[in-house]
Amino acid sequence: MMKIIRPALVSLTVFTILTGIIYPLAVTGLAQLIFPHEANGSVMVKNGKPVGSALIGQPFDDPKYFWGRLSATTPSPYNSASSSGSNLAQSNPALIEQAKGRISALRNADPQAPALVPADLATASGSGLDPHISPAAAAYQVQRVAKLRGMDEAKVSALVAANTEGRQFGILGEPTVNVLKINLALDELEQK
Amino acid sequence: MTTNGMIQIALYFIVLLALVKPLGSYMAKVYQGETFWPSRILGPVERLLYRIFGIRPEDEMSWKTYAGAAIVFKIACFFLLYLILRVQGVLPLNPQGFAGVSPDLAFNTAVSFITNTNWQAYGGESTMSYLTQMTGLTVQNFVSAAQGMAILVALIRGFTRRNSKTIGNYWVDMTRSILYILLPLSLIIAVVLVSQGVVQNFSPYKNVPFLQTITYDNPKLDAKGNPVTGAAGKPITEPAKASEHTLPLGPAASQIAIKQLGTNGGGFFNVNSAHPFENPTPFSNLLEMLALLSIPASLCYTFGKMVGDKRQGWALLVAMLIVLIPLLFFCYSREQAGNPLLTTAGVNQTASDLQPGGNMEGKEMRFGVANSALFASVTTTTSCGAVNAMHDSFSPLGGLVPMVLMQLGEVIFGGVGSGLYGMLAFAMVAVFVSGLMVGRTPEYLGKKIEAFEMKMVALVILVPASCVLLGSAISSVTATGVAGISNPGPHGFSQILYAFSSASNNNGSAFAGLSANTPFYNTLLGIAMLFGRFWTMVPIIAVAGSLASKKYVTPSAGTLPTHTPLFVVFLASIIIIVGALTFLPGLALGPIAEHLMLYK
Repeated sequence: MMKIIRPALVSLTVFTILTGIIYPLAVTGLAQLIFPHEANGSVMVKNGKPVGSALIGQPFDDPKYFWGRLSATTPSPYNSASSSGSNLAQSNPALIEQAKGRISALRNADPQAPALVPADLATASGSGLDPHISPAAAAYQVQRVAKLRGMDEAKVSALVAANTEGRQFGILGEPTVNVLKINLALDELEQK
Repeated sequence: MTTNGMIQIALYFIVLLALVKPLGSYMAKVYQGETFWPSRILGPVERLLYRIFGIRPEDEMSWKTYAGAAIVFKIACFFLLYLILRVQGVLPLNPQGFAGVSPDLAFNTAVSFITNTNWQAYGGESTMSYLTQMTGLTVQNFVSAAQGMAILVALIRGFTRRNSKTIGNYWVDMTRSILYILLPLSLIIAVVLVSQGVVQNFSPYKNVPFLQTITYDNPKLDAKGNPVTGAAGKPITEPAKASEHTLPLGPAASQIAIKQLGTNGGGFFNVNSAHPFENPTPFSNLLEMLALLSIPASLCYTFGKMVGDKRQGWALLVAMLIVLIPLLFFCYSREQAGNPLLTTAGVNQTASDLQPGGNMEGKEMRFGVANSALFASVTTTTSCGAVNAMHDSFSPLGGLVPMVLMQLGEVIFGGVGSGLYGMLAFAMVAVFVSGLMVGRTPEYLGKKIEAFEMKMVALVILVPASCVLLGSAISSVTATGVAGISNPGPHGFSQILYAFSSASNNNGSAFAGLSANTPFYNTLLGIAMLFGRFWTMVPIIAVAGSLASKKYVTPSAGTLPTHTPLFVVFLASIIIIVGALTFLPGLALGPIAEHLMLYK
């Protein structure tokens, strides 16, 4: 029996040092050396101050801004310390209430908004921190944002186009608009 | 389904299949102890490790010693991880000051990670210290994957050896799996993941301001931290403001690389690979999906090469693909179909160049529908269980697919090593059934399959299936079990069925609305995970021992060839028939009933 127990304890100790300490330290060393910006959270800096991560969404409910996906994190939306999806089933009435709530909020903010709301704008993301919306969801909000900021609709549309990221390498994933980035760009454009 | 979606799925399988031969052939060389370039570099390290362990690599083990070593090692793993979880509060590398984990959650998590299930009843960023993530969870990701691979190799030796009392050395198989395969590949994958934006650091969480301050309804808490409920049981809320949020950080990439590669699946963050810091881009998503299926797929080739007939390996791989691919496209088509109730409410779910459309609840924008359905299918066809979308919010039949893929016993690819040894168990059932049809003693790869093997294989198939059904039944009729349900109607039952399908087959994904972090579920699911892992592992090692001791039977005209299309279809049919007979009633009560209600 000792012939088994000793190697079991020793090998577990050695594997713990190898894969639990040396390996993560090696990855951290390489990551901090080659990709320090990404390894530390892709934080965007404006005027020397952090304004958010390019990868983590922020909540917007002011009609002057583009709105992102719904977020199911608790207690507040886009609480990045506690990622979570809604986990609502398709047959759950709460899912339909959630979508209707969003649709009426969009309608209240802009009574002339198009009738049909793009799917991603009326649903909650998996992480509750989705930084993106679809180009269709951005286009849906152009009229409202332009009107409330007193800007030219074409100008806002151009901003959406400039902030639309195509599929990665032209093929992977979906075309997206980063909500925080486009809202930062909006504020900047208005200040000019 | 969109053209681009189809192209992305096709691209994934092309790259995956291109990896099978080089990686499979590499692993065969490693396990056969050949001298080639990596062994010139890592050989000295390997020999040093054996000296430290106090073992001689040429000492061979009987199946009983091999199984004993595997079990003793796992017991040691359990106690180490349990201990780390309980006392993490006083250990270093805990910048957020997380307290030790409760006993039932520590039990569940320790079992979950030593069995390669990686079911998560906790949220990583709000529970686990950096030290726990590294020395606790990351380590178990490596060793539980390595153990699956080691036992597979022992079983392969059972087929290749003749009149032998031994099946290899457990410590050697473990060490080689980690040193030559898992560690180098993880290192590369981790660094590439960082390039895409996966975090890797030891900094405390960082606060960043919101561009726009929001007000929200904050649930009122009493002195104990429980929500205060008013009339009609509704929680009382008070308006609050949020003007910043806290970015979770930590050594994530190193953990995520091995969680995918070792088909472990335990996320660094609560929402796993749906989290933008865990899976930031479509490319990181592709890489994570390739990582999770590359070893299980390539091991088929390794198997063929080691038994001296590559066609045997390809036959198993094709049998796996013909079960997976139709289910995958069924899942994709159901997810793209969206939700009829949302269409009525005024939501546009039609795919176009500007939006993915479909069922976007619980899905991330950058992945859309195609990549979410693909990820869900490959993560449940393997025993990975990482998720990039919330399976609970899938359409009823879209969510049925991951459930079925787990219920088939995690043998369609399955966990690294464990999937293929499960598949080989089914292959033995297939030759046994066909042998019964023609009245001959069945043979597989030149070894007679007799009563002992069939008894062991029956355990491998029946134990996890029984755990799924019994666990679901107990939870569905007890008040504590039903209390965990978060969705009304048949979907509530689906949540329970999914949880036990996942735990018993060591997958680890969830219909995450189920409140599983309770003493009831932590304990019951923990037991299901233990039975599901060890009552398949030990019988398989016993089969390996029994096969190794047999003599080789030269194939005759009456031997059923096991590399032909006929056998592939027969094997796939056996798997589907066993799965369907066992689980169709449960599926009818859950997802199928929900679908019929939704489309009535």
